[in-house]
Amino acid sequence: MNTHVLEVLGLRHRAGVHPPARKLARSRAIEHTPLPNKVILPLQQHIGACAKAAVKRGDQVKVGQVIAESDGFVSAPIHATISGTVKQITTITSPVTGQPVPAIIIESDGKNEWIELVSADPENLSNEQILTRIQNTGIVGMGGATFPTHVKLKPPPQKHIHTLIVNGAECEPYITADDRLMLEEADRIIAGVKIVMQVLSVTRAHIAIEDNKPQAIERMGKALAQLSSPKRITVVAVAARYPMGAEKTLVKSILHAEVPEGGLPMDVGAVVQNVATLAAIYDAVTLGKPLVERVVTVAGMVSEPKNLIARFGTAASSLIELCGEPDTSIDQMIFGGPMMGIAQPSYDSPIIKGTNCVLLKRSDFRDEHSCIRCGRCIDSCPMGLMPLMFVNCVKKGEYETLPKYHIANCVECGACAYNCPANIPLVSYIKTGKTELQKRGVK
Amino acid sequence: MHNVSKLVLSPAPHLRGNASIGRDMYIVTLALLLPCAGAVYFFGLYVLLMLATGVLCAVLTEYVAKLMRRQSFLMDGSAIVTGILLVLVMPPRTPLWIIAVGSVFCIAIAKEAFGGLGHNIFNPALAGRAFVTLSFASALTRWIAPVSSFMADGVTAATPLGEGFVTTLSKGALYKALFLGNVAGSVGETSVLLILIGGAILLAFGLIKWHVPVFYIGTVFLLSWIMGQDPLFHILAGGLMLGAFFMATDYVTSPLTTGGKIIFAVGAGILVVVIRVLGTMPEGVCYSILLMNAVTPLIDRYVRPKPYGYIPTTRKEA
Repeated sequence: MNTHVLEVLGLRHRAGVHPPARKLARSRAIEHTPLPNKVILPLQQHIGACAKAAVKRGDQVKVGQVIAESDGFVSAPIHATISGTVKQITTITSPVTGQPVPAIIIESDGKNEWIELVSADPENLSNEQILTRIQNTGIVGMGGATFPTHVKLKPPPQKHIHTLIVNGAECEPYITADDRLMLEEADRIIAGVKIVMQVLSVTRAHIAIEDNKPQAIERMGKALAQLSSPKRITVVAVAARYPMGAEKTLVKSILHAEVPEGGLPMDVGAVVQNVATLAAIYDAVTLGKPLVERVVTVAGMVSEPKNLIARFGTAASSLIELCGEPDTSIDQMIFGGPMMGIAQPSYDSPIIKGTNCVLLKRSDFRDEHSCIRCGRCIDSCPMGLMPLMFVNCVKKGEYETLPKYHIANCVECGACAYNCPANIPLVSYIKTGKTELQKRGVK
Repeated sequence: MHNVSKLVLSPAPHLRGNASIGRDMYIVTLALLLPCAGAVYFFGLYVLLMLATGVLCAVLTEYVAKLMRRQSFLMDGSAIVTGILLVLVMPPRTPLWIIAVGSVFCIAIAKEAFGGLGHNIFNPALAGRAFVTLSFASALTRWIAPVSSFMADGVTAATPLGEGFVTTLSKGALYKALFLGNVAGSVGETSVLLILIGGAILLAFGLIKWHVPVFYIGTVFLLSWIMGQDPLFHILAGGLMLGAFFMATDYVTSPLTTGGKIIFAVGAGILVVVIRVLGTMPEGVCYSILLMNAVTPLIDRYVRPKPYGYIPTTRKEA
C-alpha cells in the first residue's frame, strides 16, 4: 500500500502539519520595484560573524561595491545595493534578531551605476575560483536561514558528498517567491545547479518541489529536458506538508535517510541549496554579479499580493505601497512566512538577504491554557520530539532535563504550536530553554 | 497602513490551526449524544433528569472550584463531558442525589484538587463512579431491564455480566440484544451500536487514535477466549465499548505516545478479563482504566518517540 494511504489510515506516522497554503501571489509574475532613494543595510544579514564596515561617511559607492567585508570564514560581505553616497554608519534593530546591529545607510544618486562586472565561464574556473567568486559576491542561503554558501559548498574532505538536493519545496503558506522564480528563471536555476554539481563533484541532483506547485514541476522538468548534455538531474515532487522545506525533512524525503542527530546533511552525503540561492550562484559565478537583490513575496491583507524584486535595504513600506490597498485592520508585519517568520517593529524594516516574504496580517493573540496532554505536538513534530516536555521543563526551571528530550534536535518549525489546542506558544518555551542551556554551558 | 501607530510583536508561529480544547470537548459531547439518546430510549425519561443533574453539578462545581482557587472559569466543555460520562456509567435508576454527589466528587476531588484540567491523574468520571460505588453500594445495585415506555419505572433485572443473569435467548439473539442495547446495564453502556457510531465521530475528527479501542477490545477478546470464555459476549457486554472509545482515550489520563497508548490499552484489556473472570466483581472496565491511569506516568517515562537522526550510542552520555 502506498505511504499516503497508510498515513491516512493512521497505520504510519505522519509528521508535520498542513496549514492552508494561501499562495495568492502565485499567478503574479515577478516585477521589478523602482529603485529606492535610500537603503539601510545591516552588516549582518547572514549566520556567522558580522561584516566589518569598509566605507566611511560621505564615500561615493556604486552598486555591487563592497561596503562591509566578511569577518572570518563563516561570514559574508555586504555590497552597496544602490549607487550614491554613504550617509551614515549607525546601529539599527536587526530584522532577524531584534537586537542592535551595525548598519550602513546609503542615499541614492538615482544613477544605478554598477561596478564593473567580470563574467566568466564556470567550466574554465577551478573549484577554488568558483568558491571565491561565491564568497566575494556575498551569497548566503536565501531560503531564510542565510548560512554563507561558500562554507556549505566546502565540506571537509573526509565527507563524501554524492547528492545535491535543490530546495524548491517552499512549504510556508503565502510565499510564492521561489515558485515564481522556478517558473520564470528555470534556466538560471539549472545553470546554478550545474555549477554547484561541478564544485561538489557530485553526479546526482534532485530538484525537490512540493506537489502543490505542478506548474513549477513541469517548467523545471522542461528546462532539464532541453539540456544539451543532460546530467543526472531529476525533478522530484514531494508531499506538500509543512515543514517539507526544512533541510532535514527534505533529506529524509529524498534520500530516505536521516541526518544523524547534531549533524548536517553532508553527514549523509547531501548538500541542500535553495533555488533562489542557485540562481544567485549563477549570477555570481558566470556574470560576476554580487548579491544585491532578491524576490520578495508581499502577501496577506493587501488587495494585490505580488512577487517583487527588491534591492536589499529597501524599506518594507515601499514594497507594500506597490501592492494595492492594505487592509485597515493590519497591525502586524512579518518577515518570512507565518510559521517561522519574524514580526517587525516598524514598516521601515529593511529587506535583507533572507527576506523571502513580507506578510501583512492582523495579530491573533490567544490565551494560553493548561496542556491537556493530547499529544498533537508529538504527532506533528517532524523531528520525533515530545514538545510538551520542553514546556514542562522550562516552566519548572528544570533546564538540565531538556537535553534528555533532545531539545537540540528542534528546528523551531512551529508545527507543534500550530496544532496546540491550548494555544501554548511551544516555540517560545523551547527558545527560552535553549538560551538557558547555553547560559549554563550545557551542549 | 500608515495610520497604524504601532506594530504588534509576537513570537512565531503567527498562524494557528483550528484545534482548541473547547472544540475537542464539544465534539466529544456531540459523539456522546447518541449513547445518551439510546439511554433515554432504553431506560426512560428519568435518564434525562440524571444527565441534567450530572452536567449541572459538574459545571457548577468547576465554577465554584475556580472561584476558590482564584482562577478564571473557562467554559471549555470538559465538565460537561465528565458529567455526561458519569451518568452513562451509573445504573439507570440511581437516585439523583447520588449523581450529584458523584459529580461534585469528579470535579472537586478527582480533577480540581489535582490542579484542574490537564493535571488530574485519574479519569474524573471513573473516579467519581468508583467513589459512589464504594460509598453507596446498596443503592447502586439495582439494575433494570429496558423499559417499555418513557415513563415506566422499570423491572429489576440482572445485567449480562451479573451473577443472576439467565437468558432464554439463543446465542445469536443475545449478541443482537447486546449489540443494539436491549439489555440491562448502566445508562449508556448497553448499546454497542450507538457507542460505535460515537466512536466513529471521534475517529473521523481525529480526536482519538484507533489503536486504543482496537487493542483494548482486542485484548479482552483474545484473553477471554484463551481463558475459555465466550469472547464475543465479553466484548459486547458491560461497559467495555464505552470505556474503550470514551474513557481509555482520555488525553489527560492516558499515555502520550501511540506506543504508550497501546501498552495502556493492552494492560487495561488484561485487567478487565482478570477482574471479570477471576475477581469477585462482575465488571472490571472502570477499575481497569483507573489502574492503568495510575501507571500512565511510568509508561510516559519509558515510551518515547525515536528522535530524528537518533544515534543509540549517545544515550549513555545523556
